[in-house]
Amino acid sequence: MSARIEPISGRYVHLEIEGRPYRIYFEEAGSGIPLLCLHTAGAHSSQYRHLMCDDTVTDRFRVIAFDLPWHGKSNPPVGWEGEEYKLTSQFYVAAIAAFSQAMELERPVVMGCSMGGRVVVRLAQEQGASLRGVIGLEGSDSPSPWYDNSWLESPEFLRGDFCAALVSGLVAPQSPDEFRWETLWHYYQGGPEVFKGDMHFYRTDSDYARESSTIDTGHCPVFLMTGEYDYSCTPEDTLRTAERIPGAEAIIMAGMGHFPMSENPAAFRDYILPVLAKIADKD
Amino acid sequence: MFECLKDAVAARPDLQRIGRYMDSSFLLEVGDTPYHVTVKDGHVTAVDIGPFKMRSWDFAIRASKEVWDVFSSDMPPSGYQDLFAMTRYGHASLDGNTAPLLHNLRYVKELLALPRTLRQETSQ
Repeated sequence: MSARIEPISGRYVHLEIEGRPYRIYFEEAGSGIPLLCLHTAGAHSSQYRHLMCDDTVTDRFRVIAFDLPWHGKSNPPVGWEGEEYKLTSQFYVAAIAAFSQAMELERPVVMGCSMGGRVVVRLAQEQGASLRGVIGLEGSDSPSPWYDNSWLESPEFLRGDFCAALVSGLVAPQSPDEFRWETLWHYYQGGPEVFKGDMHFYRTDSDYARESSTIDTGHCPVFLMTGEYDYSCTPEDTLRTAERIPGAEAIIMAGMGHFPMSENPAAFRDYILPVLAKIADKD
Repeated sequence: MFECLKDAVAARPDLQRIGRYMDSSFLLEVGDTPYHVTVKDGHVTAVDIGPFKMRSWDFAIRASKEVWDVFSSDMPPSGYQDLFAMTRYGHASLDGNTAPLLHNLRYVKELLALPRTLRQETSQ
């Protein structure tokens, strides 16, 4: 087997979020329209590696993804050892804004998955004028819990293998084993209770259903793409959200689960390329 | 349906390793038929078929025979591909002390998948 180097480059940026310094890791590939990608809870930006290696995408888009603080190769803040990590809606939005500003992303398309697919609804609502569009993968405008909140107090959330087993059924049966297990490995890799900290945002601090109807999709197109097999953000959750946002486009992906870009990159490509083309051609 | 668990796990050292911290018993109900499964150190030491009179267990997973058959098919439809998909959509129920389940979640999920895995191995 001959060696092969991918076109992805990874670097670190130092920036401030809510007045506190952070060292943030990001990866990128391509040039053109900035396409800012947000990873799922407890995971990191490697979820977008296939998109970053797809010429059809990178010929027109600068695909860029960062690891949230505490995730992947981004550090937790100095002093983390005395704190409990708990992602809030406000911090999440501030982190995305800080990164976009630091990287001078001009009118980016923001695409997020799961909790990233939730936060893009708020971004579209509050900052739609400065965005080229949002894509919510496995996204909706409000929480739809599928297990009891008391489970979050279980010590199992200290363990990556538990977090992986908790979400394993969200990968569709059709997804190739190689990518199923790579997707789950991202959960094995998570720091203790980081996934749980993200659940604070995903389950209790991200109900945007009352405001989502105010999104102006004329300025900021909204695409909501959800896998048929997703029972965390169900197709019904997505369709209901799309009904509340005038002009939003909902796409239900057959044979797909909760992690489209990483669990089945070939099948996801067929769904995402037309959406990206539509956004790029609008300019 | 779940009579196979004991021998199937005995033949799978990797599965025994994944469940090596499990020491629990649980109930799997297939329609009216209860299977009482005992696990010790990652080995399934017994699968007893009821009815039982006040047999104790930590947690119980219950679904109709039809639901388990769909779950065990080669490509389960949406809502049937995983224990939590089935509980979310009301196809199955989960009761009792979930701590041993959560502590050994991958292991138990793989036990539940064994009827499908064995059938697929046989057909190959």
